[in-house]
Amino acid sequence: MSVLLIAEHDNKELKPFTLNAITAATQIDKELHVLVIGNKADGVAKSISQVPNVKKVIHVDNEIYENYLAENFTSVIIKYAENHSHLLCSANTFGKNLMPRVAALLDTSQVSDIIKVISPDTFLRPIYAGNAFATIKTNDQKKCITIRPTSFDPAPTSGGSAEIVKGEAAEAFSLSKFVKREEVKSDRPELGTARVVISGGRGMQKAENFKLITAIADKLNAAVGASRAAVDAGYISNDHQVGQTGKVVVPDLYIAVGISGAIQHLAGMKESKVIVAINKDGEAPIFSIADYGLEADLFEALPQFLDELNKLNTIQK
Amino acid sequence: MKILVAVKRVIDYNVQVRVKEDKTGVVTENVKMSTNPPDDNAIEEAVKIKEAGKAKEVVAITVGEEKAQETLRKALAVGADKGIHVKINNTIEPLAVSKILKKIVEKEKPDLVFMGKQAIDDDCNQTGQMLAALLNWPQATFASKIVVKDKSLEVTREVDEGLETLEVNIPAIVTCDLRLNEPRYASLPNIMKAKKKPLEQITAEELGVDTKQRIQQIKVEEPPKRKGGIKVASVAELVQKLKNEAKVI
Ligand SMILES: Cc1cc2nc3c(=O)[nH]c(=O)nc-3n(C[C@H](O)[C@H](O)[C@H](O)COP(=O)(O)OP(=O)(O)OC[C@H]3O[C@@H](n4cnc5c(N)ncnc54)[C@H](O)[C@@H]3O)c2cc1C
Ligand SMILES: Nc1ncnc2c1ncn2[C@@H]1O[C@H](COP(=O)(O)O)[C@@H](O)[C@H]1O
Repeated sequence: MSVLLIAEHDNKELKPFTLNAITAATQIDKELHVLVIGNKADGVAKSISQVPNVKKVIHVDNEIYENYLAENFTSVIIKYAENHSHLLCSANTFGKNLMPRVAALLDTSQVSDIIKVISPDTFLRPIYAGNAFATIKTNDQKKCITIRPTSFDPAPTSGGSAEIVKGEAAEAFSLSKFVKREEVKSDRPELGTARVVISGGRGMQKAENFKLITAIADKLNAAVGASRAAVDAGYISNDHQVGQTGKVVVPDLYIAVGISGAIQHLAGMKESKVIVAINKDGEAPIFSIADYGLEADLFEALPQFLDELNKLNTIQK
Repeated sequence: MKILVAVKRVIDYNVQVRVKEDKTGVVTENVKMSTNPPDDNAIEEAVKIKEAGKAKEVVAITVGEEKAQETLRKALAVGADKGIHVKINNTIEPLAVSKILKKIVEKEKPDLVFMGKQAIDDDCNQTGQMLAALLNWPQATFASKIVVKDKSLEVTREVDEGLETLEVNIPAIVTCDLRLNEPRYASLPNIMKAKKKPLEQITAEELGVDTKQRIQQIKVEEPPKRKGGIKVASVAELVQKLKNEAKVI
């Protein structure tokens, strides 16, 4: 049997987390097939075929797949499910939206958000916002699994030469329609894959003050994150939220500014290699997980931080 | 229009969850329980739609042990008209919950089903999508805005890239994000009044749904602890440590 990974992409480029999912997939089974469903996504199929360890790319192309509606994707995946023991995708909003729809139709109890492959049927996953790790074994014939991308290294992007086979589209689902997507474009690295992340919380007080954060982000080539409170207050858009109900990040350096450290926030960042907390409340829970805590008013500390960084001329990109 | 809302009873989000010593799960004895937070948003949205004259009835449903009724009582106190308690005694997976919900949908014939996007205990994020699949209904997950139209909903979804808007025909499943609305509190008079609202009880067996677990929980452990760090006295010291000790800048 083989594993089938559903690629995430925007029809032009592969989304980087697909590479992390590929690493997890190869730990489950060496016979890895990747399903690319899209609209004029030949380039994506081509680039996946060059990822080492991918044995076959199945490419299904039709204009109905332009906006990755789960309803439409599901019918295609079900068609190809038969020949595979495992169906996999990333546990981000793409995969979270899609995989359960597939699992239910296959009468499979899905395993969400795995952080480790123990054996082809046994996995480790966080529960209760990461306050506990559960080792679970699935007894279903067909296994539907979503992978926490940040828990696996990305696979290399070249060196492979898998065959690409064309697949057939399934019937379109007429009851849902894509209307629009409001994407916040930025030149900064993506939150999920950035080496450095600097996040602001309610302590930032207003949207304008995020300038203090973005100036440092630009200096460190960092992504900008936020707590739910900062997003709720309208300081910054939802795609920046880190935490249990936002994104999970595992950068080399995470800097939490004006964030108290609620467990729901920690769920999204506590695996970071080095954590810095800047908070004026010495008792803030964030300090208990910070490698370096600075008890200070952020409105004084951030400008000084930028000054100090400017004095160094060795920032690595 | 009739709206069915699925609410789950979970350990309150403020509780510091602890793993049992025998590694069979987490401590639930004498721990505060509440409605799963986004399920409160789901109820709130349904009640708002009813108040706006666009829905006639809001039915809350929970699947769980006897005490899960508390969750229904709360839903009734903030405006749901009827509660349905599907009683089970074992742990239940999202797939089985979605099969139970399907049976209830077939009986109650709602036009919409609202649910939370994720239960904060199992963090599965599956049930709504599974129910949509089983019913072959459209799904709008992670909703932060819902506009009710004549025969459809326009739903704004929170996705990794930002926001996405879908139009889904009714009947549909919507899973709600915490940013959808601000759930109201139950007032004391409304809590009293809720006691008189109808609450039906039924078992999973009566519905003919197999709730046997497919996933075996082998053990539950504490996550690795981070070792404590240090406090630095100044920004200059911080930068020096990051550069020379941690070597991350
Ligand atoms: C179901 C559920 C899911 C959730 N999911 C998430 C999630 O995914 N991500 C998330 O982040 N939260 C999430 N939350 C919310 C979480 O519980 C907290 O409410 C939130 O993280 C608090 O954000 P904060 O730390 O920015 O705000 P606060 O807790 O208000 O903390 C602000 C901090 O700023 C400090 N501060 C203020 N002024 C200054 C200053 N001038 N200088 C320095 N420090 C200052 C204060 O001392 C304080 O520690 C969730 C909650 C629930 C119920
Ligand atoms: N036992 C249950 N009873 C009622 N609703 C549930 C139950 N389990 C899950 N749900 C609903 O499904 C949503 C997602 O749960 P989950 O898929 O477990 O993350 C929850 O927010 C609830 O709305």
